[in-house]
Amino acid sequence: MSLARDMMTIAAVSAGVFFFLAGTAGLLRFPDTLTRLHALTKADNLGLGLVVLGLLPQAGSLRGGLKLVSIWLLVLLAGATVSQLIARTARQGETAR
Amino acid sequence: MNIATIFEIVLAAVVLGLGIWTIAVRETYSATVGFVAYGLLVALIWVRLDAVDVALTEAAIGGGLGGVLLLGAAARLRDAEPTVAEAPGIVTRLSAAALSALTAAALAGAIVFLPDPAPTLAPTVVSHASATSLANPVTNVLMAFRAMDTMLEKVVLLLAIIGVWSLAPDNAWGGHPGPRHQADPDGILVFLARLLPPVGIVVAIYIFWTGADHPGGAFQGGAILASMWVLAIMAGLTDTPPVGRRWLRFVLVAGPGLFLLVGLGGLWVGAAFLAYPPALAKPLILGIEVAMILTIAATLGLLLAGAPERGVK
Repeated sequence: MSLARDMMTIAAVSAGVFFFLAGTAGLLRFPDTLTRLHALTKADNLGLGLVVLGLLPQAGSLRGGLKLVSIWLLVLLAGATVSQLIARTARQGETAR
Repeated sequence: MNIATIFEIVLAAVVLGLGIWTIAVRETYSATVGFVAYGLLVALIWVRLDAVDVALTEAAIGGGLGGVLLLGAAARLRDAEPTVAEAPGIVTRLSAAALSALTAAALAGAIVFLPDPAPTLAPTVVSHASATSLANPVTNVLMAFRAMDTMLEKVVLLLAIIGVWSLAPDNAWGGHPGPRHQADPDGILVFLARLLPPVGIVVAIYIFWTGADHPGGAFQGGAILASMWVLAIMAGLTDTPPVGRRWLRFVLVAGPGLFLLVGLGGLWVGAAFLAYPPALAKPLILGIEVAMILTIAATLGLLLAGAPERGVK
């Protein structure tokens, strides 16, 4: 049982790390603000989501698990808001030019 | 070498690199972004050192509020930067370099020549923990054993807000600090400012309350409350209160004022200034902390809002 839990943790956290790596590569390589934001949000939403999913079997208690999930939800909220604000500012800057 | 050591070495290297980059980079804005990232990573180092109280404060002040203050300053300086771009003379550069090198050498010397084992009062603090019925040793030190320092720290906050307010032009004195923010009422910022504060206020009160037994306390809770308030102000949902309001002044002095009163009471009935009667230690500390969290939240929020700019209509 513990082996199955550890396998799930390793698989999900590795997948999350892959999304963070891909997101970072995109942030560095993509040509303009909107595509870079697109790469960044993948890392934030999916990457962190998968890391949290992988850590859930190790949380030990329902309370710890709920804390992990609420961290993910708060980061989702903050990330979505900030990327909307950046994207809006970038678009206004483009139309003003 | 295990994986934790490798992580710590990488963390320390990144923090050092960020520190150098923050100093070396030319644009004020980039330096500010570097400084915020630096503050958040330093908070991680404090966690690795098991100093979670310090980590919370560093993340809230060094990374969060300090970063917002510096970003505001960088935005104001952006217009002025080209005019002050002329390079300083060779004498100025050399004396600045010499001063910095001297300060760094003195700090390095102080660290390198620390006695081993380092002098510590930690065992004394732990053995007297029962005196206040608080389980968190950091709160014990802040609120009881070294309460004087904490009280004076709150007075410093008060002086800081007086300093900011004294930059107000005469016609705006007593008015609202900062600009009146406008945001799209159906926009994402207003949505966040409606959704997040209920969560943030609960987390702030939890961190404040749990400070008795676990890492947390009035400063960290107050910083979260302040950020929720600033969010609502930035989304235009509410305005900053005019600084002339009596209730606002009362909230700003409530923390240090109550601290001072309790301290003088200790002189009256007890052994010394700030000596709590043992039976009343916990309720007295709690009362001071409630007043302090309000003072800290109001002060930090108003520090971010800046000097009064608009008169009261």
